[in-house]
Amino acid sequence: MHLSARLAAAGAALALTALTATACAPATSDGAAGGDSRTGTLRVWLFREVGNAPKEKVVRQAVADFTAAHKGVKVTVDYIPVDTRAQRVKAAFNDPSGAPDVIEYGNTDTAGYVADGGLADVTKEFGAWSEAKDTDPTARRSVTVAGKIYGAPLFVGVRALYYRTDLFEELHLRPPATQDEMAAAARKIRAAHPEMYGLAVGGAYTYGALPFLWSAGGALATEKDGAFTAAVTTPAARKGIAAYTGLFGDDNCPAAKCAGMNGNDTVTAFAAGRAGMAIGGDFNHRAVEAGKVKGEYGVVPLPGRKKGEIAPAFAGGNNIGVLRSTSHRTLAVDLMKRLAGKETQRGLFDAMGFLPTFTDIRAAAAKRQPYVKPFVDTLDAGAEFVPAAPGWATVDASLVLPTMYQQIVSGRKSVDAAATEAAHAMDGAFHK
Amino acid sequence: MTALRSGPRTARLRPRAAPRDPARRHGGWTPWLYLAPALAVLGALLVYPIYQLGLISFLEYTQAQVSGGQPTTFQGLGNYATLFGDGEFWSVLLATVVFAAACVLATLATGCALAVLLTRVRALPRLALMLAGLGAWATPAITGSTVWLFLFDPDFGPVDKALTALGMSGFADFSWTYDRYTAFALVLLEVVWCSFPFVMITVYAGIRAVPAEIVEAAALDGASAWRIWRSVLAPMLRPILVVVTLQSVIWDFKLFTQIYVMTDGGGVARQNLVLNVYAYQRAFASSQYSLGAAIGVVMLLLLLGVTLVYLRLLRRQGEEL
Repeated sequence: MHLSARLAAAGAALALTALTATACAPATSDGAAGGDSRTGTLRVWLFREVGNAPKEKVVRQAVADFTAAHKGVKVTVDYIPVDTRAQRVKAAFNDPSGAPDVIEYGNTDTAGYVADGGLADVTKEFGAWSEAKDTDPTARRSVTVAGKIYGAPLFVGVRALYYRTDLFEELHLRPPATQDEMAAAARKIRAAHPEMYGLAVGGAYTYGALPFLWSAGGALATEKDGAFTAAVTTPAARKGIAAYTGLFGDDNCPAAKCAGMNGNDTVTAFAAGRAGMAIGGDFNHRAVEAGKVKGEYGVVPLPGRKKGEIAPAFAGGNNIGVLRSTSHRTLAVDLMKRLAGKETQRGLFDAMGFLPTFTDIRAAAAKRQPYVKPFVDTLDAGAEFVPAAPGWATVDASLVLPTMYQQIVSGRKSVDAAATEAAHAMDGAFHK
Repeated sequence: MTALRSGPRTARLRPRAAPRDPARRHGGWTPWLYLAPALAVLGALLVYPIYQLGLISFLEYTQAQVSGGQPTTFQGLGNYATLFGDGEFWSVLLATVVFAAACVLATLATGCALAVLLTRVRALPRLALMLAGLGAWATPAITGSTVWLFLFDPDFGPVDKALTALGMSGFADFSWTYDRYTAFALVLLEVVWCSFPFVMITVYAGIRAVPAEIVEAAALDGASAWRIWRSVLAPMLRPILVVVTLQSVIWDFKLFTQIYVMTDGGGVARQNLVLNVYAYQRAFASSQYSLGAAIGVVMLLLLLGVTLVYLRLLRRQGEEL
């Protein structure tokens, strides 16, 4: 450890020196838009997924179609590791000469990247794109900042309620239709099987907690003329926060164990047969299939407060964007449309299980693979998104929401006090 | 240290004693000439980055400024005001100081005790202890932290199961990371485990260099093991102990990986934050480099202060290092 720490320190010092050796003031990229050449090589960065080969095959086809339409243009595609994407993308913004023309990026990063001056505004081209009319509104929101569009949605990820069919049968339960029914079922399972969690919840599982806040009519923040204000202290939001934190306790998921859990932990517990229910994503389907509970579980949309309602889920996912510094703007936008187009999205769903962002392609996908139906239903009922504020990256990185939930769950603070503190931290980040 | 200090002093005195010899005056520059390559490297690798760190800490410098989205502006002490105005900073600082002190003391005690033990056992157990120590030392911090976390896992970990089997039923399903102090204690154990080998091996090498007759003479006089350590070995090993103590202070104050991995980024409701993790979350993860630089400057000054005070204390006790 010590050796690596020292190496890292030396490396950091070297990097700092190298970065700054040429100038006395800290470096600043000029970041200007780079022109519109119609020939040459386009560089693309996509995320390297676990089991990336099927994705590469679909992308190769899209790129082949693109180069066939543009003579004399070459495309190189690099797959970058998801873990270090933040550093890679920032480095690309800082040094346009080594930067790609087109990148894949997580949709919660949109507002931050736009504030950094990294992404090109493609509002006009997106509006003129024939396929864009089928883009679902939540996905469109995830590429929109202050009314302008900065990319094309590639896929969405959304969470729903996984439950154990064998336990529900044994205890004569029906898949819950309201959040109250869900809580009751959770307690019943825990009472019958004390070694299990009824509904596995986590204090650090923000995207599992937010549907409760949204279904109670709450919001994370409100926007007025581009300025964001935290809204977690409204009565509706507090009701939603309390609904989630109320699930922690010895009768369902003991705070001592569950306060520290994140989304992965809850899904792992469910897949290992240690939970009666869990909130998991379409992207968790494979992990659960590979677990002990294979064949003994079902999925329904996470219920809302009233019968027939679906709690709005967080619409995660990735987008494809064009860098502002590209020197091949027209070509890059065209490549973006092909990489995020209907043909590619259909292929990516079949190859990787990524949910399409076009409503028609998604509906067709649900017919081919019935397991995605509850997720598609959830999306169709209307999903939510994190505030498109540049300060959101700060809120996310400083763990404002997990801290709020954990303070309540561990009994350190009341809902009101924790929400007030979180709102204060959020406003601080928004108004910087 | 002694040689260095006497150099300039004699150089200053000589010209007065022999003012007619001009070659002697140049002698004052000779040490600097020899030092020049080292100073150049140090200057490039140490002074310049620190200068940049200090400079950035006075600016508004985030990702938007780096990539040219917004102009860089001078903030004066704005970043420091933000930092010192954050109540959490002070509680994190206190926790870091106390936790680092506990880690240093525990590491030194364990390392020195095992070093003495190494000199007193036969070859085979010594080899086994050495290998165990080296294994712990060679384990990457992330791996070590993950394994320790697993050992103490409330659902699957063997520690809770073993304690329960020994009749301590309170440890059934006991979550070590939920309470602030048990979580810190767990991390402390891991830190001691991965840093004691450095102390143990350095001190062991030092003890080996102490003439055996001195230790034997003390033993013949009837001194206990503790007395031999306190009155014979420790004073003779003083320079080594100073180095390992300072190294431990610096390492433990800058702890990141263990806290980040074992308490999942600072513990339930951020109860286990230390300064480095705090800096990462407040500043670097959200690209607020100027605020991060301000935290870096504060840490640098703190560590410099601790080091200087420690060296001062030792000097006052009479001995040059």
